[in-house]
Amino acid sequence: MNDQTPSKEERTERLQGMGCKRKRVEDVRFVQGKGNYVDDMKLPGMLYGDFTRSPYAHARIKKIDGTAAKALPGVIAVLTAADLKPLSLHYMPTLAGDVAAVLAEEKVLYQNQEVAFIIADDRYVAADAADLVEVEYEELPVLVDPFKAMAPDAPVLREDIKDKTDGAHGKRKHYNHVFSWEIGDREATDAAFKKAEVSIKELISYQRVHPCPLETCQCVASFDKIKGELTVWGTFQAPHVIRTVASLISKIPEHKIHVIAPDIGGGFGNKVGAYPGYICAIVASIVTGQPVKWVEDRIENLSTTSFARDYHMTTEIAATKDGKVTGLRVHVLADHGAFDACADPSKWPAGFFNIVTGSYDFPVAHCAVDGVYTNKAPGGVAYRCSFRVTEAAYCIERAMDILAQKLNMDPAELRMKNLVRKEQFPYQSALGWEYDSGDYHTALQKAMDTVSYKKLREEQKQEQEAFKKGKTRELMGIGVAFFTEIVGAGPSRNCDILGIAMFDSAEIRIHPTGAVTARMGTKSQGQGHETTYAQIIATELGLPADDIMIEEGNTDTAPYGLGTYGSRSTPTAGAATAMAARKIKAKAQMIAADLLEVSEYDLEWEIDRFRVKGNPERFKTMKELAWAAYNRVPKGLEPGLEAVNYYDPPNMTYPFGAYICVVDVDVDTGVTKVRRFYALDDCGTRINPMIIEGQVHGGLTEAFGIAMGQEIRYDEMGNVTGPTFMDYFMPTAVETPKWETDWTVTPSPHHPIGAKGVGESPNVGGVPCFANAVNDAFKFLGSTHIAMPHDHWRTWTVADKLGLHG
Amino acid sequence: MAKSPINLKVNGKTVEALVEPRTLLIHFLREQLNLTGPHIGCDTSHCGACTVDLDGKSVKSCTMFAVQADGGDVLTIEGMAAADGTLHALQEGFREMHGLQCGFCTPGMIVRAHRLLKENPNPSEDEVRQGISGNLCRCTGYQNIVKAIQYAAAKLSGGALKEAAE
Repeated sequence: MNDQTPSKEERTERLQGMGCKRKRVEDVRFVQGKGNYVDDMKLPGMLYGDFTRSPYAHARIKKIDGTAAKALPGVIAVLTAADLKPLSLHYMPTLAGDVAAVLAEEKVLYQNQEVAFIIADDRYVAADAADLVEVEYEELPVLVDPFKAMAPDAPVLREDIKDKTDGAHGKRKHYNHVFSWEIGDREATDAAFKKAEVSIKELISYQRVHPCPLETCQCVASFDKIKGELTVWGTFQAPHVIRTVASLISKIPEHKIHVIAPDIGGGFGNKVGAYPGYICAIVASIVTGQPVKWVEDRIENLSTTSFARDYHMTTEIAATKDGKVTGLRVHVLADHGAFDACADPSKWPAGFFNIVTGSYDFPVAHCAVDGVYTNKAPGGVAYRCSFRVTEAAYCIERAMDILAQKLNMDPAELRMKNLVRKEQFPYQSALGWEYDSGDYHTALQKAMDTVSYKKLREEQKQEQEAFKKGKTRELMGIGVAFFTEIVGAGPSRNCDILGIAMFDSAEIRIHPTGAVTARMGTKSQGQGHETTYAQIIATELGLPADDIMIEEGNTDTAPYGLGTYGSRSTPTAGAATAMAARKIKAKAQMIAADLLEVSEYDLEWEIDRFRVKGNPERFKTMKELAWAAYNRVPKGLEPGLEAVNYYDPPNMTYPFGAYICVVDVDVDTGVTKVRRFYALDDCGTRINPMIIEGQVHGGLTEAFGIAMGQEIRYDEMGNVTGPTFMDYFMPTAVETPKWETDWTVTPSPHHPIGAKGVGESPNVGGVPCFANAVNDAFKFLGSTHIAMPHDHWRTWTVADKLGLHG
Repeated sequence: MAKSPINLKVNGKTVEALVEPRTLLIHFLREQLNLTGPHIGCDTSHCGACTVDLDGKSVKSCTMFAVQADGGDVLTIEGMAAADGTLHALQEGFREMHGLQCGFCTPGMIVRAHRLLKENPNPSEDEVRQGISGNLCRCTGYQNIVKAIQYAAAKLSGGALKEAAE
């Protein structure tokens, strides 16, 4: 070593590896308007597709007449179910084992359902022609209320399966029934309730919402008739799965299908599944031999492609008088709309809803879910959460507050009393999960100390006195939520999508100069993978992150993976990245030993090099070893330096967090002001704190939107009301609260770098935290459970019913 | 459909073109001029992803016709960086302060912020929040966008740069 040798600190910093706030590489193109999104694509001869949609929620199609549409100059063709049926493409398989109509055949089952697909040489002409398709309907009785779906006289919705007594997930009880799913010990749970000193029961509903990324769903399909090859560029969170599904239903061999997800303008679960627009664009390209673009507009997005939630959870907790929980019983009625198009792992029709015991040590629990069909759009996607986990967290966190209220206990104290203790990990939950790690009490205590929880409660008491005396018209509410996420699906033994095990992958190629190209089976939609995966490799291999290029989304080049949703990228592909890097490192060590003429075991790794133990001046840097791998490899070793890893995680990861929110509710206007929101997240090892903080800010803002205003509503005729930004609540910078973020670090014991995933935690914990705060504001006046969304009107109505308006 | 001639300045360059009277400005920019920085997010003037600057005002280019921009001076995200490629202070600020994630709202957001800072070179946090309330972001929760705009404000006015976000 000499004076010129950079210090360890300098060498570490130069890597920009794990733990540093590396600036994002993708930003350079985005801030200059040079992102490459689907609608930016232009191909020679490209045509445009648009849909004629149903104005009715339930109606028989008597006749479709496309004559006038076809006569419009510029219109190439009008596709209907009659054109798709000979190809068996009028229905497509859903991820949940059901089928969904691509174009309505005999009936329409929800408003805005796709009825005809127009192909034209101009997007304006396609839209004009969509209005010219004449469809004759005969209206049918409409089923909107899921609680009436299984009534004996309910209208038959799915005539295609009305006589099927077995569904994808077992026996069906009724022609509008999708599935029953049950888990836990029913008898032991019933016994716990019989013995219970105290119990609560509440119907906790989580309204239908929509993920609503700023970029809608879209694609360009291009079929090359000569080569028999299909290329589809699209907004795909899971491009490889889309390719496999496209191959299975089109019968085009999988290697002749090229699916490419370019830059994606947000996903949040909306872009996991396959939609009629994709199928129709593909068919249209095959029929015309020209590229076809399909871009949905915002109304189409909000009213047809993938709702989320619509879970109606009858929840009961049994407890002792002093507040120890002894049992949990939940029955869910799940409104799946017209087709079961949930984006869950195939064996999990209710996702991972059995995380509903939350962060608490329930000795016994039982949970049952019934899915039903209604005349609403299909979906059931995981909107910024792992599969049905935000529903579960909302359910248990509201129920714990209701129990606290009944026991006249502080909600934080009740949680402290029942949180799973640190020494119980790995913890077996009553509903079948093995929580990998946690330190819940430390997290909640830190949250309470930071916000001066006790003082807040004292202030609240004074405010309540002042309110009673008429000195203020504001109610102060304090919301507490403690959540446990379950992410990173998943172990292939229990998670698959259409039979494909849910692993993920990484391929790393070190080039002779030490520059790196790495590809993963996941797909960023804003999460910053190009930045963070490079940080993992930088730390593992001692090569600067700036010399590492990350590529995702091209099924021709990237190794097979299941995509990005359910916070699975870091737990799965992040792990695969570390494991692939370690394979490379092992080979580099052999090369280093050869070059330094020592045994491999005499070498030790230090930041960016292998050095001889006890003689640190003799070393080879990884950059030198990269060159050697292509120049002078030891005898018997293959040249080159690259590796692939397919990572099948041994378990899911369980990020957790403690959130506290303070609100002031004006009882005369119903306006709720968020005074403070503190979020403590534990996502294990932190790869890039800047990006984590950004993810938490964004997730909290989406949680704020859901809790305080978002709802996809239907009237009794099945009209979807307000599917535009005029009505669907999108928080602007003005309404959005300021966020305080904090963390603890409890690494995952089974993940190669100890990371757990974070993107969705803030949504999972944020929604119940806001809801608990609003409920907390009113509870001293005798209110028990106020349903979301807590918009001004609903909150005003609550105040009115409580007699607060004189 | 008959086309109308229009003549305007876009990012400093003179553009002459024929457009259908019903062509929206956003489609003219994206499809005819290949300026795909401004995006379409909602079709109802709410999201602001299509924001461009027209004659010194922020406009939502999805809600006006290209012919209405005839004779005008348009600035899009593509015109923000200097001719030598140096990023505008706002572009730099968005990167420094992690003011973007998926990048879809960013072009509209930056062009809007540009006009905001022209009108109010040193806005308070509340003023920034009000000033960008016509532009939606689904990823960031706005907090870092506010910081990014304040970073740019400080840099443009020659003041000290704010500390990076902790």
